[in-house]
Amino acid sequence: MGKVVIDQERCKGCMLCVEFCPKGILAPAKEVNSKGYHPIECNDEDECTGCATCALMCPSVCIEVYR
Amino acid sequence: MSETQRTREFITGNEATARGAIAGGCRYFFGYPITPQNKIPEYMSAHLPEVGGVFLQAESEVAAINMVYGASAAGARVMTTSSSPGISLMQEGLSYMIGSELPCVLVNMVRGGPGLGNIGPAQSDYWLATRGCGHGDGQCITLTPNSVQELHDFTARAFEIADRYRNPTMVLADAILANMMEPCDVLPPTEMPPADRPYAVGPHGQERERNIVNSLWVDFDEMEEVNLRIQERYRQAAEEITDWEEYGSDEPEVLVCAYGISSRVCESAVDEAGKAGVQARLVRPKTVFPFPSEPIAKWAEQAKCAVVVEASMGQFVEDVRLAVEGRCPVELVGHAGGNIPAVSEVVARILEMTS
Amino acid sequence: MTTDMKQVYAYPDALTEVEMRYCPGCTHGTAHRLVAEVIDELGIKDRTVTLATVGCSVYAYEYFDTDAVQCSHGRAPAVATGIKRVQPDTIVFAYQGDGDLASIGMAEIVHAAARGENFTVIFLNNAVYGMTQGQMAPTTLLGQKTTTSPRGRTAPEAGFPIRVCELLDTLDGPAFLAREALSTPPHVRNAKRAIKRAFETQVAGLGFSLVELLSTCPTWWGMTPLEAIKHVDEQMTKCYPIAVFRDRLAAQEGEQSAESAPGEGE
Ligand SMILES: Cc1ncc(C[n+]2csc(CCOP(=O)(O)OP(=O)(O)O)c2C)c(N)n1
Ligand code: SF4
Ligand SMILES: [Mg+2]
Repeated sequence: MGKVVIDQERCKGCMLCVEFCPKGILAPAKEVNSKGYHPIECNDEDECTGCATCALMCPSVCIEVYR
Repeated sequence: MSETQRTREFITGNEATARGAIAGGCRYFFGYPITPQNKIPEYMSAHLPEVGGVFLQAESEVAAINMVYGASAAGARVMTTSSSPGISLMQEGLSYMIGSELPCVLVNMVRGGPGLGNIGPAQSDYWLATRGCGHGDGQCITLTPNSVQELHDFTARAFEIADRYRNPTMVLADAILANMMEPCDVLPPTEMPPADRPYAVGPHGQERERNIVNSLWVDFDEMEEVNLRIQERYRQAAEEITDWEEYGSDEPEVLVCAYGISSRVCESAVDEAGKAGVQARLVRPKTVFPFPSEPIAKWAEQAKCAVVVEASMGQFVEDVRLAVEGRCPVELVGHAGGNIPAVSEVVARILEMTS
Repeated sequence: MTTDMKQVYAYPDALTEVEMRYCPGCTHGTAHRLVAEVIDELGIKDRTVTLATVGCSVYAYEYFDTDAVQCSHGRAPAVATGIKRVQPDTIVFAYQGDGDLASIGMAEIVHAAARGENFTVIFLNNAVYGMTQGQMAPTTLLGQKTTTSPRGRTAPEAGFPIRVCELLDTLDGPAFLAREALSTPPHVRNAKRAIKRAFETQVAGLGFSLVELLSTCPTWWGMTPLEAIKHVDEQMTKCYPIAVFRDRLAAQEGEQSAESAPGEGE
């Protein structure tokens, strides 16, 4: 069981976390944040294992992971 | 500095400079060899370790001034010395130091130029010192000794001045002053003064906020504020440390202006002109930034003309003209390329101007 | 989140709250995070000085929550030398781009390395001048298009890319030299390991350490962040092989473990 917390304002929607999430549960939001980026969201929280690969790859340092 | 403990010695200007630095608390030296000042780094390499200091020969003057920048940011009393082409290479680094409000001392034993020039005496880096010091609105506080003793004393004092105004301070001399020998009352090496540099970087635990040494201010108003602070320090320096010496008649027909090596020529010229029936007064700046405009203006009011003598082609004369402000005609006796004006030449010009 | 959950990935203490100004997907940010994590793990934040250089990372002094000095273009190794000669126990790291380090600052980096100055360099190689809008860098690949090699870099016109680690590896001074890539999770993990090793080398007082990080500039490469990391993996590593070139700390540890090995010596 894991959980990711993605800072929606700091996320620039670069997609690196989306690409490397082993569970494929991250995706860009429909809405944009104040800078105009589509921030990444987790769309299936039950699937998250808390492996933190997303945070490892995140250049914006906007992901915190719990397990 | 312990005035009482001076010892009289017969030494070169280069050695006097090096020993003045150590007396002024300098413990770090970074520099790159260039004639006519090589005896300074040589002296430092031999003697800085004896007082717990560090000498490092840099790979270039560009590296040297940046090592100075780092050491100064770390809170040290630090210096570099060089000659004209080397000072050219330090310009960007000096600008960063001015912008970051860091002190350091540098010595320029000016040689003939432009280009590789030669190793003769010259004063042709006047603009480099008083207008240059890199890009932006900043200058080096500049001291102009005219003897081995003054090289020693001014260098020692330059560290205090640099610290007080948080600005690079330059001792501007030339190849003759660097290499001639004169008696000098030498100060003993002092302890480096206790660090009072709240802006310095280094280990701090939880004792203070983090320190950032920086000259990047993207916001225009912030950048202007830094500039205003720097200019305020220059204004303060003008009030506190502007220095000059005068020599000759109290009722002069001719005002003579010269600094450094040329001023020694002019003392004799003032005497000779007096013998020939023309009263002259020499004003010799010991600081050229800040510049002693006041005495120059005062004597220009009285004199028929001013004769400016420099071992360059008309650099120093500009500051004299700005001080004279049209009160009297200003004539230049200039030489270049390693030649310095001769006494006879200066006397001839003084007589010519008053005939 | 539920109270029995433990935080397994937190924002590093050694980074300030200031939001980094890098373009989306630019691995400058990844490199900053890894360095900050290492500073935290080694507990050296209060005695570290960050040297910001000239390039997209010029604001490093705003991002790292340490003392900092902003340096002129290419001269950080000289500035680091000045600081370390005054304060040998302070941990100093310079964060340099490829234009900063391998072009204008080549003399300073080579001489600092040759002297074995005891500081750490994080060398961000993105094969381009990011900040000044994508001009050719000394590390630009042959064939790579940049704003000043619009037809692609050719050797007759612009010479060959410079391999910094290999160059420095000819010197006796460096104690740690490694090249890693900020491309995929395994590579990023290795990059962090190398960064940690470099700082440990400095803490142990062994001398000069440098980690070259193959990095992306999606903006000036004209690629998406994903295409860019793929480019690092598939193209850049061909020219710049990933390797640990030098590790004197390991040599020292080897000696120590040999000394303390049971049954050997007295
Ligand atoms: C003396 C000097 N020359 C040129 C510049 C302009 N300049 C700013 S950043 C830069 C290139 C930086 O490229 P790199 O080091 O590769 O960093 P990146 O932006 O790619 O991370 C240049 C040439 C400068 N600031 N100072
Ligand atoms: S220009 Fe390139 S190197 Fe600079 S922040 Fe953007 S992606 Fe990164
Ligand atoms: Mg670059």
